[in-house]
Amino acid sequence: MPIEILMPALSPTMEEGTLSKWLIAEGDVVRSGDIMAEIETDKATMEVEAVEEGTVAKLLVAAGSEGVKVNAPIAILLEEDEDASALEGYTPGGSASTPAAPQQKTPHPEEASSFETPPAAAPQDEDVSKGRAPSGDRIKASPLAKRLAAEAGLDLASISGSGPNGRIIKADIEAAKAGGAAKPAPQAAAPQSAAPVTSTEVGAVRSGGADYLAKLGVEAGTYDLVPLNGIQKVVAKRLADSNNNVPDFPLTIDCEIDELLKMRKELNAQAPEGVKVSVNDMLIRASALALKHVPEANASYTPDGVAMHKHADVAVAVAIDSGLITPIVREAENKGLSTISSEMKDLASRARDRKLKPQEYQGGTFSISNLGMMGIKEFGSIINEPHGMILSVGAGGPRPVVKDGALAVATVMTVTLTCDHRVVDGALGAKWLQHFKRYVETPITMML
Amino acid sequence: MSETSFDVIVIGSGPGGYVTAIRASQLGFKTAIVEKEDLGGVCLNWGCIPTKALLRSAEVYHNMQHAADYGLSASPQFDLKAIVKRSRNIAGQLSGGIKHLMKKNKVTVIGGFATLKSGKQAPTVVVEGKDYIAKHVILASGARARQIPQAGLEADGKFIWTAREAMVPDTMPKKLLVIGSGAIGMEFASFYDAFGSDVTVVEMVDRILPAEDEEISKMARKAFEKRGVTIKTETQASVKTHGSGVTATLTTKGKSATEEFDRVILAIGIVGNTEDMGLEELGVKIDRSHITVDEYSFTGVKGLYAIGDVTTPPWLAHKASHEGIICIEKIAGGNPHPLDANAIPGCTYCHPQVASVGHTEAQAKEAGYEVRVGRFPFIGNGKAIALGEPEGLIKTVFDAKTGELLGAHMIGAEVTELIQGYTVAQKLETTEHELMETVFPHPTLSEMMHEAVLDAYDRTIHF
Repeated sequence: MPIEILMPALSPTMEEGTLSKWLIAEGDVVRSGDIMAEIETDKATMEVEAVEEGTVAKLLVAAGSEGVKVNAPIAILLEEDEDASALEGYTPGGSASTPAAPQQKTPHPEEASSFETPPAAAPQDEDVSKGRAPSGDRIKASPLAKRLAAEAGLDLASISGSGPNGRIIKADIEAAKAGGAAKPAPQAAAPQSAAPVTSTEVGAVRSGGADYLAKLGVEAGTYDLVPLNGIQKVVAKRLADSNNNVPDFPLTIDCEIDELLKMRKELNAQAPEGVKVSVNDMLIRASALALKHVPEANASYTPDGVAMHKHADVAVAVAIDSGLITPIVREAENKGLSTISSEMKDLASRARDRKLKPQEYQGGTFSISNLGMMGIKEFGSIINEPHGMILSVGAGGPRPVVKDGALAVATVMTVTLTCDHRVVDGALGAKWLQHFKRYVETPITMML
Repeated sequence: MSETSFDVIVIGSGPGGYVTAIRASQLGFKTAIVEKEDLGGVCLNWGCIPTKALLRSAEVYHNMQHAADYGLSASPQFDLKAIVKRSRNIAGQLSGGIKHLMKKNKVTVIGGFATLKSGKQAPTVVVEGKDYIAKHVILASGARARQIPQAGLEADGKFIWTAREAMVPDTMPKKLLVIGSGAIGMEFASFYDAFGSDVTVVEMVDRILPAEDEEISKMARKAFEKRGVTIKTETQASVKTHGSGVTATLTTKGKSATEEFDRVILAIGIVGNTEDMGLEELGVKIDRSHITVDEYSFTGVKGLYAIGDVTTPPWLAHKASHEGIICIEKIAGGNPHPLDANAIPGCTYCHPQVASVGHTEAQAKEAGYEVRVGRFPFIGNGKAIALGEPEGLIKTVFDAKTGELLGAHMIGAEVTELIQGYTVAQKLETTEHELMETVFPHPTLSEMMHEAVLDAYDRTIHF
């Protein structure tokens, strides 16, 4: 029996992904553990390992295909004792069945498992929806959208709907046909809507980046429109939602870090080869301990109640080429500095390569954003829901301070805690900051 | 000390403003609304609603005059004062209703004229010297009748009326000139004609109701002329008042003639209420009295949005309401689709009624569609004949390629209540197929909507 390789789910919520790269070719022999392909979701790129052995008979999905549904067959392996003839029965009527269309149409697993239907049949008519009837996840689409998709040869399964409850509407088909055209593409519609419409004129299209800017007075042609990547879309949506929904406020405090820097130096001097604790690692630990000390600040707002977290899962903002990602040091309150340090190093480097697993950046209870290394003195951040607080860390540097009534110089670092007032009020946030400051200024307490 | 700080302040309480305020409150925003006159704006107080009350009087009167057609007898007379009073009472009742709705939805009502000045998150709203701040300010200040003083087209409150004066007439003019044949002009022409005025309508372009499908315009003209209304198209008017009336100079294709009228109604469009509010100083873009906004009603000035008549056309109450809802849902972080101008129905409550949505046949062709057009006349419909309303037409325009319903156009009895069926169909993106399979009840006028679809595909049954 030939073996089907299915599109894996990289996270519980993943519904589809991009098959960015094949690392095997038809005819290759794969062994369990071989890396077969790279798959990209909205947040990360992951490698797919082979679990079975065999010869690659067919790659059903072309590299670069977007919107490949989870559990859709992406390749077929032949077992050792099989040859290509074993495949013949599986593609009845499939004249050679070149994998030209598969990125458009991926049959449902239950259909495909019987191998009665060709793995790649382009939708021929509007009855395409009937073919899906047995599956529970009916694709919601307007009649017009179905007809337009059929005419354009588009598979509804590959299109995400923007109507109520994800219903696919005409606009979605048109967007899919445009195929993420990178150019501003001010087609017939743009000039029409840029000019003021008269009362007798209907049908002006009111969407699109070019129109959007034209209305705000920026002329088309004076800029390049770079399409948003998955991360940018997610970040834009989540931060805008947070900015709109979370009643936040900032609390700022100065911390003297001479002791902390001194201890870091001592630690690193004695640390085994390869371990180098950073200030940020120490701040992660200080934050986690402060959260343990003030557990009511380690909380998330939900409409049904406040979630009091049992562990301090500290998310750390990491800038990457295509945006921002926040890998998480789980249960940081139970981890020593060297563990935190090596974990952070690993997470940050894999984040930059977009190799994080979803569970490594989803969730968390608290976040830290540090722009100190860029010389920013102090700043505030947008809360990364569901976190109740985010700590923005500025640059530490020598500043004048008053000590015992006399002017002195200390290394001072300003931090700003942004709190979700629904779970953390001013007094609570201040209490947490006092504990944080104590750990930072008396770092030996961090070691206890 | 009353509240001065809100999440959302809406300026203007017409159907754009008050609906937006209610939706804002539903979404959890602390909301205030500013109104300089009566709650409900022009629509409730001086537009849609009071004119519908007047036109209902005209309709009943018309039916009484034709009582014999139904085997009845009546000797109808009318009392203009009582007709106007009924209209005013209805406006008053509804304005009171808005007050109740504001209270129920915890929307703070601020009385007075609002001006804007630069603020932090959004412009600061100043009403009667007092500053009010909000995170989001939504301007729904509406519009008013356009006037052209250079041509004498300026209301004087006595002989020359705008809609506002025309809906509270002190006398039934013997000879009435209506300038402009859009919805407002034709509704007043209809009302005054019903009560015996000798009405002349002048229109600059070559047909009345120029926004409608040409076929519908033509039928409307015929119906009006049959009832004795004089219609002069491709005609410009200028007027001069004197002691006892108005002398109008009507110029048709270069030929001028003068004519005497008792009253003149100006229905030559509207201008947005954008003056004296500090908008220019804030950098709000205004194009010929209307504010320029993006598809989510954002003005480009931080925290400031504009909806309804003060922005781009169509200038209709339901467009304003819907635009406001989209605007506030977007502000609340929702993901609404922008309003599709093609999906906004338009209704004119003259006799016969006119209603339409989407592309006219000509517009569809101009937009490059290959069209299939269906028609069904009232004379083929049992209910229309039984009602004694056998004149009218329903017309559909489909995209021949995809079966998309591009537009629908109607003239005849009760069509303003019918058009929503096609609007729903358009919103749900049905094709001709679903419409054909829909069961329409018999006997109703709505059966014509079914037949007009069937006809577009050469399958009509009853004609």
